[in-house]
Amino acid sequence: MSTWLRNNAGPATAVLAVTLICAAIALIFFWVPEDADQGFSQKIFYFHVPIAITAYACFGWGAFKAFMHLWKRPPEADLQSYVAIHLGVIFGALTLITGSIWAKASWGVWWTWSSNQLVLFLVLFLFYSAYFMLRFSVDAGPARSNVSAVYALFGVVLIPVSFLAIRLANDFIHPVVFTSAGPQMAGSMFFTFCVSLAALLALASALYRLELTSKRLDVTMKRLREALE
Amino acid sequence: MTYFHDVATLTRKDLLLELRARDTVPAMLLFVVSALVVFHFALPSESSRLAAYGLLWVALVFTALLGLVRAFSAERDQGLLDGLVLAPCDRSAIWLAKALSMLGFLVLAEIVALPAFAIFFHGIGWTTVAGVALANVGICTVGTLLAAMAAASRARELLLPLLFLPLAIPIVVGGVGAGVVENGGRYLGLLAVYDAIFAIICWASFEYVVTE
Amino acid sequence: MIRARGLSRRFGDKRVLEKLDLDLQDGGFLVVTGANGSGKTTLLRLCAGLLAPTAGELRVETDRAGIGFLAHEPLVYRELSALENLDLYGRLYRVPERRERIGMLLERFGLWSVRNERAGSFSRGMLQRLALCRTLLHEPELLLMDEPFNALDAEGIELLGQQLEELRGGRTFLVATHDPDRLAPLASGSLALA
Repeated sequence: MSTWLRNNAGPATAVLAVTLICAAIALIFFWVPEDADQGFSQKIFYFHVPIAITAYACFGWGAFKAFMHLWKRPPEADLQSYVAIHLGVIFGALTLITGSIWAKASWGVWWTWSSNQLVLFLVLFLFYSAYFMLRFSVDAGPARSNVSAVYALFGVVLIPVSFLAIRLANDFIHPVVFTSAGPQMAGSMFFTFCVSLAALLALASALYRLELTSKRLDVTMKRLREALE
Repeated sequence: MTYFHDVATLTRKDLLLELRARDTVPAMLLFVVSALVVFHFALPSESSRLAAYGLLWVALVFTALLGLVRAFSAERDQGLLDGLVLAPCDRSAIWLAKALSMLGFLVLAEIVALPAFAIFFHGIGWTTVAGVALANVGICTVGTLLAAMAAASRARELLLPLLFLPLAIPIVVGGVGAGVVENGGRYLGLLAVYDAIFAIICWASFEYVVTE
Repeated sequence: MIRARGLSRRFGDKRVLEKLDLDLQDGGFLVVTGANGSGKTTLLRLCAGLLAPTAGELRVETDRAGIGFLAHEPLVYRELSALENLDLYGRLYRVPERRERIGMLLERFGLWSVRNERAGSFSRGMLQRLALCRTLLHEPELLLMDEPFNALDAEGIELLGQQLEELRGGRTFLVATHDPDRLAPLASGSLALA
């Protein structure tokens, strides 16, 4: 059984992801009770926060692989770092979108500066979008990998520093304060949240493997084509 | 010890180059004063005093960008970075020297900018000056490393603002906060933390930006 | 001094060097020839450590202080004088008795009279001579030279030829050139790149 899992890690992760997503959706829409204050629209919380956490996980993994690239130089580390950050940006965009939907549903505005989480994601989204501009404006080769890796490390350092800055910025920006569902969740809510988080992490993992495999295939195809010339 | 000699040699070189060419610092001076004048026209009459403070920081960040874009221009146009990278000195000395000379240029620009702001808008307190001093360190350390990255790329001047602005956000928060909030001490703290963390990471990673 | 096995370097999709094997002994003088774009400059940059191989291995037995690299560009600051440029490199390479050595080199290459003039005002030939001074300043064990006779006038060629003869024993040379015959008497081997 374990050999089969190891050889088929990609499809296995995909199956796990699909299962967990179905479970999460079922729980969110049919099982967990509605929030007393915000009603049905609060349910987007079960998507928004896990997506945010998954985005952080992707950026963290990307930075880890970037560090490994600079330190030990394993051959695939740069590609893995790039794919992780690519996924992170996608999940980051989803975080902003779901956050915006939640803000509209809860408070009637498409954007609010009072959500530190959301503002941090905006900053990170801008930062990591610049990652792609940087990466693709350097010619392919060791220089591109090195520069991308250093930038990815900057990103992960920026996360806590930005968070601190945004927290402090609230003191003089005087946002309109909205109350939001706090972390004190009832048992069933917490369970649903965890399943949703697991589902999204599994999804990210499956997509990561998929994209890596596809890029590896590109490299192999190119090598074969050259060998035939 | 030789590390600091190398840094001194390279800083002296950068300052000497600017003294001969005399293009970056005058441009920065003129830019910052022009920007402040534009901001006067950009602020409607009921704007708070504090809005002007915020714009001072915008002016400083973009003036710094103007200087940073040119930081590695000689090295890039004449392939001179090769010459420096080939030398036996530690590559981070190249970064440190360039950051120090940038710091010098930025301070010169601020010696004009801050009094100009005080004249055009309103006076500034010592916390603002402290904030500017701390922010300078952060801007020059991070900006110099990013300038090296941008110089290595095809997009060059286009790329540096995109790379720099997200990283400049904590600096702006710290600087504006220090000047605006009652007990601005913790904003100076934020700037100090930013400076320390990013100086270390820039120092450690510059080698990888300029070599393969 | 230099050993390469299967050395390859590509730039994006362009393969410039492909599975190159190279052995250069201490004290050897290897002349590299080839058409434009055949990878002569790339090979020199790889040996200097400015580029990393994309495949294969390359070992150079000396550190950065022992390498003198004469590149395509003169690698001097146009706004600084010849003297200031050499002083900069002299300090970075920790050349002992810096001033004397700089003076000696400037004189040997006929640049003493223009030592205080901006390098930007120099002709191409003078820049090449200044670049040679820069390359030889720290008495490197390994000399990597990319078309050293480029842009030199007859006198410059004569001076360089003499210098190379003097330095021949005890130092290792890897020289890329379009004119291998001139270096034939000094060469211990040659490499033709496709």
